Amino acid sequence: MSQPDYEPNVVLSTTEFDVVGTRPIRHDGADKVTGRALYGADFTMAGLIHGAILRSPHAHARIKSIDTSKAEALAGVKAVVTAQDLADPGDQTVDLGEGVTRLAYILANVLARDKVLYKGHAIAGVAATSLHVAEEAAQLIEVDYELLSPVLTAPAAMEADAPLLHENMKGKELGEEADRPSNVADHFRHSLGDIDKGFAEADLVVEREYNTASVHQGYIEPHNATVLWNNDGRVLIWCSTQGSFVVRDTTACILGIPQSQVKVTPMEIGGGFGGKIPVYLEPVAALLSKKTGKPVKILMSRQDVFESSGPTPGSHMKVKMGVTNDGKITAAQAYLAYEAGAYPGAMVVPGAMCVFAAYDIENVVVDGYDVVVNKPSTAAYRAPGATNAAFATETVVDEIIEKLGIDPLEFRLKNAAKEGTRRADGPKYPRIGCVEVLEAMKNHPHYKAPIEGPNRGRGVSIGFWFNVGMQSSCNISVNANGTVNLVEGSTDIGGTRAAVAMQAAEVLGLAAEDVQPTVVDTDSVGYTAVTGGSRVAFATGLAAYEAAQDVKRQMIERAARIWEADAENIEFRKGVFHHNNGSSDQMTFSELAEQLGSTGGPVIGRAAVNPPGVGGSFAGVITDVEVDPETGKVTILRFTSVQDAGKAIHPSYVEGQMQGGSVQGIGWALNEEYFMSDDGVMENSSWLDYRMPTSLDLPMIDTVIVEVPNPGHPFGARGVGEASIIPPPAALANAIYRAAGVRMNRLPMNPGAVMQAVWDEQDN
Amino acid sequence: MPAKSHVQTTINGESIEFLCEPRQSLLECLRDIVGLTGSKEGCNDGNCGACTVVLDGRIVPSCLVLGVEAEGQQITTIEAVAAGSHLHPIQQAFLEDAALQCGICTPGFIVAAKALLDKESNPSEERIRLWLANNLCRCTGYDKIIRAVRHAATKMQQEQT
Repeated sequence: MSQPDYEPNVVLSTTEFDVVGTRPIRHDGADKVTGRALYGADFTMAGLIHGAILRSPHAHARIKSIDTSKAEALAGVKAVVTAQDLADPGDQTVDLGEGVTRLAYILANVLARDKVLYKGHAIAGVAATSLHVAEEAAQLIEVDYELLSPVLTAPAAMEADAPLLHENMKGKELGEEADRPSNVADHFRHSLGDIDKGFAEADLVVEREYNTASVHQGYIEPHNATVLWNNDGRVLIWCSTQGSFVVRDTTACILGIPQSQVKVTPMEIGGGFGGKIPVYLEPVAALLSKKTGKPVKILMSRQDVFESSGPTPGSHMKVKMGVTNDGKITAAQAYLAYEAGAYPGAMVVPGAMCVFAAYDIENVVVDGYDVVVNKPSTAAYRAPGATNAAFATETVVDEIIEKLGIDPLEFRLKNAAKEGTRRADGPKYPRIGCVEVLEAMKNHPHYKAPIEGPNRGRGVSIGFWFNVGMQSSCNISVNANGTVNLVEGSTDIGGTRAAVAMQAAEVLGLAAEDVQPTVVDTDSVGYTAVTGGSRVAFATGLAAYEAAQDVKRQMIERAARIWEADAENIEFRKGVFHHNNGSSDQMTFSELAEQLGSTGGPVIGRAAVNPPGVGGSFAGVITDVEVDPETGKVTILRFTSVQDAGKAIHPSYVEGQMQGGSVQGIGWALNEEYFMSDDGVMENSSWLDYRMPTSLDLPMIDTVIVEVPNPGHPFGARGVGEASIIPPPAALANAIYRAAGVRMNRLPMNPGAVMQAVWDEQDN
Repeated sequence: MPAKSHVQTTINGESIEFLCEPRQSLLECLRDIVGLTGSKEGCNDGNCGACTVVLDGRIVPSCLVLGVEAEGQQITTIEAVAAGSHLHPIQQAFLEDAALQCGICTPGFIVAAKALLDKESNPSEERIRLWLANNLCRCTGYDKIIRAVRHAATKMQQEQT
């Protein structure tokens, strides 16, 4: 690592605090560098038996019959379950935190009932004395299929005579039920202004069409679950999940038992990125445990993870934008058709929210289509839907910029969304940092540095993610020595224990290490929504802040009792209680903590929040590439990620989110793809062939944290987890254009795709 | 169920005996039989490096070694990288430099990085990137991992002088 002549990681700080904004060692760190931290697959208990899942070899087929007798007869097999072991949900709908959906879809994705809708679709579960016996037994289950034609892309699934995945599914057409069944679960539209007038006012209109492949979240830890259906009727679950309460509620719903009868203990989680929100294994392991009376553990293989979990939608998109000669966008229109996979719920709603979110445009139409296809049911993936959409918008913008001869950042600044800008999907922006991110990009040494040499080019792009708030709970108990223990329900995927604890520490005048955070089970803390939507440092952090305020209030009352004073006359500053009566009475936090037992008993602060003041985040990328003219391989020479964090609670982990999101965006842009055969089989379901970026594929990822405080959070924090994945594909496409002279209209932009674009260009 | 084989080996300096099926990988034996769950399974086909251990002086993905092949070998896992309660400089650097997020790949990276620094005291960024190319991390983008390994190398050099 040669020393660069600039600062590779910068924080453009606007407000300073004692703990917030510093870089303490994370509380769970030692366990994670020594191998002691227990992840889902590490869990074991007495009497444990092992489960395996039989998965469909076909992408689309009707199940005529299932014969489990040979599997049941194998020595060591304890139980076999199929969808017949679950109650038929009929037409029930449920809202498990991700919007209203048909319970039948959730059940059928856990265990297929009458049809299999993708290769890898779960059909039966087997429990046996060892994993290998369970796997052997699963292969002995005989399924009689009636094969059906698969549809694998949104355009194919939208054709009038396309085979239907759900024969009776009449989707919504602009809010109304469609008149006949199709594979389109939903077509919605957002409109703003007058689109025809907007295009009529334009001097230049650019319209382009795009296709992006399905990609996987790629967390290193496969899905896992251990379940004991206990003799007292309680279902005990140990698993790796982004949302222990979602697992609890979904499992209870599927099994038809009260939520209080399910207890989920979240183990450490080895990555999620949205893909560990859905429930796959827990209900199956529960059924197997009920049948056997033993704890049952099921693990996915990596192939299972690729074929049966995630991925994020492939998409077919068109974006059209009109501008005046002086660089003002007059109109923008988008057509977004996203692949939901087997069941409705493609991430096209957030895609439609974000597609033009960086710009202040008067006339907008966005059409979104949620299309079912014979691929795994899609899951969220870091800013779900936004990366696809921004790839289209930001490459159209680049083409406009080139034609107008305007600086790419000046053009974006001229049209940038700001406080008060209305998005086509409805909301008016509160204070946002789009302009500040663009300014930081413009001022960065990277943007000012010359780019030299043949086959090299620079690209920029920007992206927006709205972030979410949602429910979080937190309790803080005060120890006699003045330290505190904090319990929360947000599973910690990227250092959030530290970010949450630091906010409590700031309020209580403690050091970060004097607050001991623990992520507890669903019996031990109030409802807490998923670790997702970039919400934990914001919303669970806010819960910790409020719980700490509750501690502070109670501690002041204790001081009042000791000093025989009015609570209003006691002030707490920098960890010390002061009596404002002219006396010099004062006590440190720990001096008062020592006296809690004799002044009324323990102090426990608590808070439960559902904060409205969510702050959206913008992220920008500057990148330089070199394109090998012989092979089409893209080498990234330099990469800078800029993002508005509002206030970076722990800047190292904010940088980590930016770097990690950037590299996922790079993988999505340059390599990653579900390579499907015509009959719907993923042909690259291993990391040898589904190639995620390795250390050797990348440069250092430089960062600039911009801080435009979020008025909806006491320290100004915005969610930071997601926005960074959005701009890389477009920035790389724009850089490839400058380097190789070709406009890329598909992802991934792997060597074959780049060479094809170069040859097509030469043919024209 | 196939007959089990008896394996006599040395793990983290301790003489260990276990019984395993011939088809069980060393990773499976370490995790499920010996009880050392610090080595992680990410792919079970040698592509992610989360199960990296040192076998007879070389780093290997333990999912690609059979348990029976451990017979008579010397194996070191993540559990032996710290010296008792003292973290190894690489572990300390990972903490100080925030070189982990979810942490599932971290044991493999630390075992692999230690093997590098045991051989080479001052590897370049390029050298570290090449050495760690069989270890996948999906959270960090590798930047802070590379910095932590460089940081640890510097500290280890200073400690020696």
